[in-house]
Amino acid sequence: MEQLKTIGRELAMGSQGGFGQSKEFLDLVKSIGEARSKAEEDRIVLSEIDILKRKLLEPDIPKRKMKEYIIRLVYIEMLGHDASFGYIHAVKMTHDDNLLLKRTGYLAVTLFLNEDHDLIILIVNTIQKDLRSDNYLVVCAALNAICRLINEETIPAVLPQVVDLLNHQKEAVRKKAIMALHRFHRKSPSSVSHLISNFRKRLCDNDPGVMGATLCPLFDLISEDVASYKDLVSSFVSILKQVTERRLPKSYDYHQMPAPFIQIKLLKIMALLGSGDKSASEIMYMVLGDLFRKCDSSTNIGNAILYECIRCISCIIPSPKLLEAAADAISKFLKSDSHNLKYMGIDGLGRLIKISPDIAEQHQLAVIDCLEDPDDTLKRKTFELLYKMTKSSNVEVIVDRMIDYMISINDNHYKTEIASRCVELAEQFAPSNQWFIQIMNKVFEHAGDLVNIKVAHNLMRLIAEGFGEDDDDADSKLRLSAVESYLQIISEPKLPSLFLQVISWVLGEYGTADGKYSASYISGKLCDVADAYSSDETVKGYAVSALMKIYAFEIASGRKVDVLPECQSLIEELLASHSTDLQQRAYELQALLALDARAVESILPLDASCEDIEVDKDLSFLNGYIQQAIESGAQPYISERERSGMLETTDYHSQDHHEVPPHALRFEAYERPKPSSVPTQASTELVPVPEPSYYSEAHQPISTSSVSERESSEIKLRLDGVKQKWGRPSYQSSTSASSTPPQAENGTSSHPDVGVGSSSLKPRSSYESKKPEIDPEKQRLAASLFGGSSSSRSDRKSSSGGHKPAKGTASKPPKENPIPVQPPPDLLDFGEPTATSVTATDPFKELEGLMDSSSQDGGSTDVMGLYSDAAPVTTTTSVDSLLSELSDSSKGNPGTYQSQTSKGPNSKEALEKDALVRQMGVNPTSQNPTLFKDLLG
Amino acid sequence: MGIRFILMVNKQGQTRLAQYYEWLTLEERRALEGEIVRKCLARNDQQQCSFVEHRNYKIVYRRYASLFFMVGVDDDENELAILEFIHLLVETMDKHFGNVCELDIMFHLEKAHFMLEEMVMNGCIVETSKANILSPIQLMDKAH
Repeated sequence: MEQLKTIGRELAMGSQGGFGQSKEFLDLVKSIGEARSKAEEDRIVLSEIDILKRKLLEPDIPKRKMKEYIIRLVYIEMLGHDASFGYIHAVKMTHDDNLLLKRTGYLAVTLFLNEDHDLIILIVNTIQKDLRSDNYLVVCAALNAICRLINEETIPAVLPQVVDLLNHQKEAVRKKAIMALHRFHRKSPSSVSHLISNFRKRLCDNDPGVMGATLCPLFDLISEDVASYKDLVSSFVSILKQVTERRLPKSYDYHQMPAPFIQIKLLKIMALLGSGDKSASEIMYMVLGDLFRKCDSSTNIGNAILYECIRCISCIIPSPKLLEAAADAISKFLKSDSHNLKYMGIDGLGRLIKISPDIAEQHQLAVIDCLEDPDDTLKRKTFELLYKMTKSSNVEVIVDRMIDYMISINDNHYKTEIASRCVELAEQFAPSNQWFIQIMNKVFEHAGDLVNIKVAHNLMRLIAEGFGEDDDDADSKLRLSAVESYLQIISEPKLPSLFLQVISWVLGEYGTADGKYSASYISGKLCDVADAYSSDETVKGYAVSALMKIYAFEIASGRKVDVLPECQSLIEELLASHSTDLQQRAYELQALLALDARAVESILPLDASCEDIEVDKDLSFLNGYIQQAIESGAQPYISERERSGMLETTDYHSQDHHEVPPHALRFEAYERPKPSSVPTQASTELVPVPEPSYYSEAHQPISTSSVSERESSEIKLRLDGVKQKWGRPSYQSSTSASSTPPQAENGTSSHPDVGVGSSSLKPRSSYESKKPEIDPEKQRLAASLFGGSSSSRSDRKSSSGGHKPAKGTASKPPKENPIPVQPPPDLLDFGEPTATSVTATDPFKELEGLMDSSSQDGGSTDVMGLYSDAAPVTTTTSVDSLLSELSDSSKGNPGTYQSQTSKGPNSKEALEKDALVRQMGVNPTSQNPTLFKDLLG
Repeated sequence: MGIRFILMVNKQGQTRLAQYYEWLTLEERRALEGEIVRKCLARNDQQQCSFVEHRNYKIVYRRYASLFFMVGVDDDENELAILEFIHLLVETMDKHFGNVCELDIMFHLEKAHFMLEEMVMNGCIVETSKANILSPIQLMDKAH
């Protein structure tokens, strides 16, 4: 049997002339495959570039040869080198009559060129021709290319033909045509806006493949405009129902699951349609319920569908029953040993928590396990969950944890994200000013260079403005605590520039305000900063300005100012600075020191950073001067508009804003081809048309408010929310919590370290006896994270008894093994489908009979032995790792591919391929025997 | 948009196939691949998720013998489904090549691409029936 297979294989390959490729190509692939390092690979590719550059210049290259060259070009680009010298040959190949060559040409072109490349214009013609071909495979190849290469400008060139192809008799063509239309819609929605009905039509296509593909554009369309597709809800539901009832051809089954990828797409669409729509949601209840009941949670793909159901339910308006089913599915995920499923569980929890906030409580210990897991991905996901469930009762624990994590990671992208989340949570839920300042200090200290500069400005403003209350006492306390903490931190080495700017500014404004610190002390510190960070001009600028304020306040209050010697030398140094900004500041400081108290006070009044400075834009104080000049014979001023011959209009607004003197540059985009529905009023306000200064006074309030609105949405810190959250109610409740001992109902949660063990666990005493093994550390954490809600749990118990049993079961399992001892399943197959269920459809099972069933490990050792015989190079280490891998994977697959572990043909197959390559004249050394290893083995 | 790229990279970090569904320049691709490969290969595959977040991508990866399959997706994609999509891809290649190995993909790079072209368009999964995926390739083979 096995011999037959070998012969068959050789015949198959023989018919293509070996691999159908030249020795040169085989050598290239072999040498790339055996390259040991990136440097070696680069050397091979560079020499290949030289060879190809020469070869492509030769006249009359046979077509088959040319195809090979093109593939070699693809290799060059894939390995990171430029192959643009050969692009034109790939373009030429698309003209070829031979289908394989044509398709290879198209493939190479789509890999090489972006849609705006100059060469595309040479292909459009070919595409047009190919769309008319009688051979549907040619048409398909052209449609593939359209999906990659056509841009907004070239859409009209192919659009009519693509639309015709929507009714092609071949389903493959219809499918690709609909995807081409999808692409057009993405590139330029207006180009196909009149063709939208086709997407609906194709949804009813007889072929399930076309129907399935049509779901992709429909998903896009529906997410753009839900309301227009509400009529399709029942259609989607009935399609999903039919799919689950196995009405689709068996070839769409995947591991015995009927068309799972179509099911998932349908669920995504349903989530959009059912969002906030009770009646649409109700139509879905039945099929969703069926899915939960039927879905096989022992396979990966079954869990993928279950997860999608959870997502769908978190979007629509669910029934209590579905919610319960979703919660059950989540708890199964969380209890699983597979990290992937835990990840999905945490994600699901984060989604469901919006609808039923108490759901996380059942899983507190599982969540904490995930938080402490060494796997970074899982940890991040858990932080995301914590972020979603933060409230004023647990903000301290969560933000502390987040900051610890932020300090521990190096990935700047994520560090930035988590830093801004910390800031956001701190601004929203801070229990006290001291805490808030402390958190901000930590964020700036450890991620100062990554935080958006606006965060720093917000902090300064917050400290300056207080918190929107008229409580001056609280404000000055806050300022004092900020100053104190900064004076502590300031001497630490290497602080981020942004943080130093904040520190300098605050010290300048409020350093001496309280009278606790003397001016000379603060100014000494500021000089130290300017000295220690002498290369950072911005920091220096802030420091000098802060010094100026300190001295100004001193002078204004009538005290005698002693400029420190180090400060004096700093000023002198800066007077000669290369930076004009620093020079300016130094001169100003020097000038200020010479002024009397009254003048200084009006220049720099105390604590006036938030006062609005009124600017007399009319410059009316110059009127007398102008009058004088005119009287003495000067010409009156003619405004720029008058000079350019434009009529003065009383209402500037009513005029067209786009009207700019003809010689000026136009900064706005040209009008859109189709007048969009954007109201012109809004656009005039947002377009930054340069305004003459004399006009803007009346207009200003509007424009500034719109600007500040935009700003605040940009920076993502909800400053508007801050004031509310920081308003009296929350602030008071938190102070009462901190002042009263832990027996207060809410107080327990804000005191993670005090008395949690006793009081917050009390309501749970019924479970307490059942889980004695849980680490008390973890319990404490759980209590502080979830405590806020657990205290309210006791009242809820009486109202909803339905949750009770679930809770009991949910909190049990983690106690048995807080640290999973079981060897977790291998990554390759982490779902543990039962062996019986899979073998029935296992596509490899049929092959099994053909194969020799020699024991795998033994077999592979032999092969490895052969390899090392063939070449003297010793690769024992790699052989070892290979073997261990093999045995690992066979161990790790308890279920799915158990049947294959006894299959054992991998090594044989590899040997055959090896033999064949040898026949072709390529001698594989044992450099990289993994090349021959079965991927599915 | 769903799938943003599909990569096949071996244990040594060498790229064996790369398909992007959004345009990146050669330099961007090289940088991205380097970062992702370093990240994924550094993870010990015992006991860890098959998902990694990187920049704005989420990468779902799966290892088969010496070869890593990595799929970059948007944030709202179903990771488990993508993981199974990878398996479907490998099964499909296995059906065509018979006990597919890294070398098959290297020698038949264009065929591996053709299969992907059938399965994914515009970053969406459009075909999952192995018969439908392979039939154009078989027809082309026959013609030669």
